[in-house]
Amino acid sequence: MNESQHLSSQFDDDLGRLRTSVLQMGGLVETQIAAAIDAYSSGEVGSVKQIVETDRIVNDLEKAIDDDCAHLIAKRQPAASDLRLVFGISKIVTDLERAGDEAKKIAKGVRRIYEAGQMPSQYGIGVRHIAEAALGMLRQALDAFARLDTEQAQKVILADVDVDTEFKSIMRQLITHMMEDPRTITTAIDIIWIARAIERIGDHAKNVAEHVVFIVEGRDIRHPPKERKA
Amino acid sequence: MQIHEKPPLKAEARNLNFFYGQAQALKKINMPIYDKKVTALIGPSGCGKSTYLRSFNRMHDLYPGNRYEGEIRFFPDNTNLLASDVDPIEVRMRIGMVFQKPNPFPKTIFENVAFGLRVRGESNKRVLDDKVEHALKGAAIWDEVKDRLQENAPNLSGGQQQRLCIARALATDPELLLFDEPTSALDPIATGAIEELIHELKKRVTILIVTHNMQQAARVSDYTAYMYLGEMIEFGKTDEIFIKPQDKRTEDYITGRMG
Repeated sequence: MNESQHLSSQFDDDLGRLRTSVLQMGGLVETQIAAAIDAYSSGEVGSVKQIVETDRIVNDLEKAIDDDCAHLIAKRQPAASDLRLVFGISKIVTDLERAGDEAKKIAKGVRRIYEAGQMPSQYGIGVRHIAEAALGMLRQALDAFARLDTEQAQKVILADVDVDTEFKSIMRQLITHMMEDPRTITTAIDIIWIARAIERIGDHAKNVAEHVVFIVEGRDIRHPPKERKA
Repeated sequence: MQIHEKPPLKAEARNLNFFYGQAQALKKINMPIYDKKVTALIGPSGCGKSTYLRSFNRMHDLYPGNRYEGEIRFFPDNTNLLASDVDPIEVRMRIGMVFQKPNPFPKTIFENVAFGLRVRGESNKRVLDDKVEHALKGAAIWDEVKDRLQENAPNLSGGQQQRLCIARALATDPELLLFDEPTSALDPIATGAIEELIHELKKRVTILIVTHNMQQAARVSDYTAYMYLGEMIEFGKTDEIFIKPQDKRTEDYITGRMG
């Protein structure tokens, strides 16, 4: 990644603004996720409306940033590290927007569970734990983007394995519960959806980290051969 | 990224130095020119890219005090283009050149294209007709001029003149074509036509092109060389140079970070 200045200071400004917007959007998504997790633990479903509204702002930001990317490409024809940055940003915002959607899904699931008055406390801890992990991944991925730090990005990519494992273990637990007591099925399915959304947030964080590696090093590390076999 | 086999060489500069009198304009250039590929030379003004290009057809021989060191090997016969026993006129038959500004001779369209053939001693009218038509078709200008071959070439538009110059260069069936900023005096439409033509031409001829337009280099070439202060800084596949250059100086130049 090239940190020296362009001959055109306007070009520098444009790129700087793009990066700031991405971090702003990422910050909003983080807030959404954190609020959704809080609602899950506390049962304060009043925040759900706010989360849904924030999602609209996140969606608008995605469109605005993509539009800025298109304009920047048309005006400046970026090359090399600049091209990778613009291209990477356009992909990162897609993942951020989807992570925001997952937060919205979590919030709505939480509302369904609590409004039906059936939050079984024994699931609380596992879900909260995986949620903190996924949110941490997203935070680190955005940090890695802000500092163009590939080491940090690699850590995020490795952390995704843990989140996936934990998700599978939550699934096993819930299946057991459903078999033992069919009355819990409705709630258990909602919790599965929530855990699934959290696991997806981890995937999006991993994708963001992969885009950061592409931006900095020009290497596309998505879908390594080992993964493809599965 | 697919695995890439290197195509055969058409030419290769080996430890090429060039001096304008005392001033060294090229420093130890080593660079392959692959057969039937387009190689673009980019770099800021004064970096030596035109000097390098012109070494291929011995343009520098026209001025006293110029001096080459090293070799430019030309294949398949493995001739050293710079050897003193190589006739520059013969070299220019095999290596055509197109300049920045279209420079048709003040002659008819037909005679412009036939010129090189006549220099070579061809006088058979049928052969000349055939070869002129073939060259004009090759330069994608035949349809526009076939009914007015006897008109004065300088009456053509700039873009047409440039394609005529390409036809003139093609007439002698060159193996390598040198383009020195061939579109910098043309509008975007004429530029597009020339770029399209370059794409067609590389099916039968190797092309070396100097351009100041980075997007053009990215669009038309298979390989790109970045030159700076008489040195070749980086040579590589165009796809890689414009996405992930290896050298910071190349990166700075193509991203517009260098003054």
